[in-house]
Amino acid sequence: MPKPYEISAEEAAVKIRTQELTAEEYVASVFNRITQIEKRINAFITLTKQTALQTARQIDEKIRKGEKLGCLAGIPIAVKDNICTRGVRTTCSSRMLKDFVPPYDATVIEKLINQDAVIIGKTNMDEFAMGTTTETSYFGATHNPWNLKKVPGGSSGGSAAAVTAEETPLALGSDTGGSVRCPASYCSTVGLKPTYGLVSRYGLISYANSLEQIGPLARNVYDCALLLSVISGHDARDSTSVNMPPSDYTAFLKNDVKGLKIGVPQEFLGEGVEDAVRKAVWDAVNLLETLGAEYEEVTVPTMRHALPAYYIVAMSEASSNLARYDGLRYGFRVKKDDGDWSTIYAEDRRAGFGTEVRRRIILGTYALSAGYYDEYYLKALRVRTLIRRDFEKALKKCDVLVGPTMPILPFNLGEKIDDPLALYMCDVLTVPANLTGYPAASIPCGFKNGLPIGLQIIGKPFDEGTILRVAYTFERNTDFHKRRPIL
Amino acid sequence: MSKADGTIKIGLEVHTQLTSLKSKLFCSCSSDYRGKEPNSVVCPVCLGLPGSLPVLNKKAVEYAVMAALAFNCKISKRMFFFRKNYYYPDLPKNFQITQYDKAGGVPLATNGYLYIGEQGKRKKIKISRIHLEEDPGRLVHLGPIDQSPYTLVDYNRSGIALLETVTEPDMNSPREARVFLQKLRSVLEHLGIFDGSLEGAMRCDANISLAGGTRVEVKNISSFKEVERALSFEIMRQKGLLERGVAVKRETRHWDATRRITVSLRTKEEEQDYRYFPEPDLVPIELSEEYINKVRSMMPELPDDRMKRFMSSYGLPRYDAGVLVSSKALADFFEECVKLYNKPKDISNWMMSDLLRYLYENNLELQESKITPEKLVEMIRLIDEDVISGKIAKRILPKIILTGKPPRKIVEEEGMMKITDRQVLSELIDRVFSENPKAVKDALVDEKAVHYLIGQLMKKTEGKADPSLAAKMVNEKLHSIKKKT
Ligand SMILES: [Zn+2]
Repeated sequence: MPKPYEISAEEAAVKIRTQELTAEEYVASVFNRITQIEKRINAFITLTKQTALQTARQIDEKIRKGEKLGCLAGIPIAVKDNICTRGVRTTCSSRMLKDFVPPYDATVIEKLINQDAVIIGKTNMDEFAMGTTTETSYFGATHNPWNLKKVPGGSSGGSAAAVTAEETPLALGSDTGGSVRCPASYCSTVGLKPTYGLVSRYGLISYANSLEQIGPLARNVYDCALLLSVISGHDARDSTSVNMPPSDYTAFLKNDVKGLKIGVPQEFLGEGVEDAVRKAVWDAVNLLETLGAEYEEVTVPTMRHALPAYYIVAMSEASSNLARYDGLRYGFRVKKDDGDWSTIYAEDRRAGFGTEVRRRIILGTYALSAGYYDEYYLKALRVRTLIRRDFEKALKKCDVLVGPTMPILPFNLGEKIDDPLALYMCDVLTVPANLTGYPAASIPCGFKNGLPIGLQIIGKPFDEGTILRVAYTFERNTDFHKRRPIL
Repeated sequence: MSKADGTIKIGLEVHTQLTSLKSKLFCSCSSDYRGKEPNSVVCPVCLGLPGSLPVLNKKAVEYAVMAALAFNCKISKRMFFFRKNYYYPDLPKNFQITQYDKAGGVPLATNGYLYIGEQGKRKKIKISRIHLEEDPGRLVHLGPIDQSPYTLVDYNRSGIALLETVTEPDMNSPREARVFLQKLRSVLEHLGIFDGSLEGAMRCDANISLAGGTRVEVKNISSFKEVERALSFEIMRQKGLLERGVAVKRETRHWDATRRITVSLRTKEEEQDYRYFPEPDLVPIELSEEYINKVRSMMPELPDDRMKRFMSSYGLPRYDAGVLVSSKALADFFEECVKLYNKPKDISNWMMSDLLRYLYENNLELQESKITPEKLVEMIRLIDEDVISGKIAKRILPKIILTGKPPRKIVEEEGMMKITDRQVLSELIDRVFSENPKAVKDALVDEKAVHYLIGQLMKKTEGKADPSLAAKMVNEKLHSIKKKT
């Protein structure tokens, strides 16, 4: 019999409801697992064991009394540390916010609590979500559970590592340029970046507002769909959230892709993509074809401009978003002594932010400066429009587009951290979904030398259902998702 | 300095809080922040806490559209917000959400105008644009800013909706600037979106150039009482420089209201780069023809129309009607009085001459005084009922303004009723005549001396003698003397 921590959210939800397993047993089992392996992985910044167990007991009590239960009753969930949790510190992996305790919950947290989920802790990430490896964290890097010498991907590396290492069945990440999909790929989990506006950003600490969404991570497609159903929906507190009726995404999960048209953009398999990755993706496409999907090669020519456009928009927005961290109202303060405010601000910001964050603030500030604004920011916005048009065109012919999530296999910790350009290049296949706002998922599709490979599935706006259906069908007909790292 | 001078060009950038809004511009905090405990009217949004997002107050857009229509502006079909990035401790996010007319930005409305009436002439002041933005918090010092041992920040004001109105440099004197501000205030007050009597609800920056010379900005003018002073000082300063052959520098200066001088803040070279870019957390707002028409249909009567009505319905001269509608409070006060006592011309005269002069000389707002329409009307009735003379009324009006005591009570307490008793007056006249034998002699042949005697009688009665009766009785007595001799 599997240990409780190994089972999926779907299965656990049923067992807890039927009192075959108590929420307390499940949550306690997860914390035992964390105690055993967390030292080696460093997926969490903060654990909320006491309140989690207390919540679990309350849910068990509700079950005994026969009260109405939420769909995630007793299910543990780990939350990326850039999503505000009332009374639980939310650090963004930054020294700047190392002691910041939000006085409010993000909308997604409220939704989770309403569905009786149990929040077990806050996960490690790249500082302010700026990174592809979770190495820029003030709290130390997260290690890839498949190979502790390797990066777990980023920036939601803690969330993906915790899910794959069975420290939690579910996790929330955020995806600004691939930050859910990249670690999902590197840790062999399912991860989805929803359409821009599907999930409320209220309470998500902004890195680049116009690009990012909170997204679910799980060990299988069903759990991912279940979590998406809970967190999505209109929120009056986020003006960019789209007013759409709530949807149960598990209803889309059919083991059937017959008649679906799958596009493979040639730009996704070009230069820079490792052979093992290319092979795994073609294998996946072939499998889907065998299962009844039609496939077609398509082209999105403007994609070669995606990476620079992405970094200009992201850094520009970041330079403004992060201006509020001055140490005055909250956050890191070098010294409490007096002095003029601008000197104090400068000292706090120099010491409170890490190198990569400072780099992006400076570059973003430059891109928005008088005389450069038209050349950089406005041009990036125009490129963005062109890329959206290309993807719109490709998705007119196809139901989904598929390709690799990451062009290369997980690399060694420390290998690229001093080469920002090489790291930025890793985002080349994930940023288009953020620039266009289109939904995209990463699912396990292979291994090379024991290291995971992820298949990226991009869909039409608000058509997460079709992405999940393709992902589910692929999962039903493969075993990649069943493999677990040996820890 | 109050004379319009074609060589002086003044443009204004006026910030008015939309004080009638219930909540702030981007959050649901109450906009009633005055007098509250510091940092008590705040939430994650207006404190700029990590993860918080702004949501636009729809009512603020409606109010701003009203203002745009009243200012005869062209309203944008689609408007959006920009971030203005700069560091300052009163700004919790270290950027201000505002609107911008460059870098692809579109302000709420452009190309409007307002007419001001000045020295009997109507003058058009062009408004280049208006837009919505958020107010920063407030820095609080112990004593003067440069002597305070610390600075405290109060974010209660942070996020209050501001309407920014930018004019062309169409004003030619500090007085015109003041009159324009009064007009702007009156229009906004008539729209019911603004109460200018609230502290800090209207602030403005001005730009001035002399004889086509360099433009200087003056910031931190806190009311229209101050605008005339600040601009007069600045003109004097610039004229002084020019007379000495020193060039006026292009710079931004700060109006120090305590010392009543402007001081240099920064020169052109130090101008900040605000790195404006579109606010990604807010979506563009469509302002459809239908919506604008709906707002238009809700617009109340504006000062210019009200002035015309005052002229036609109450028979007031243009000048008087203009003065009365220069403030909504004044115009409302007038109409309230007329409702109580249908003597519009008398009411207007009393308001125009004595009431307004007293308020102006004592630097008081009508709302700050204790007079009410009921009390002014009561005073006028006392005159009409022959209880007091006009002279006495002039004397008790300041008392009504200051204490709010009912006029009748003041008159009774101070024994100011008109003396109409012939017996009493006769005795007083006898005394005046016996005390001024020479004047009596002169009065028999010289009309001037008659007036002198009447004046003496008035003096003795402290102005309470019924003037016409007094004159009549003095003349009667003189006649009887004439007869005797
Ligand atoms: Zn607020």
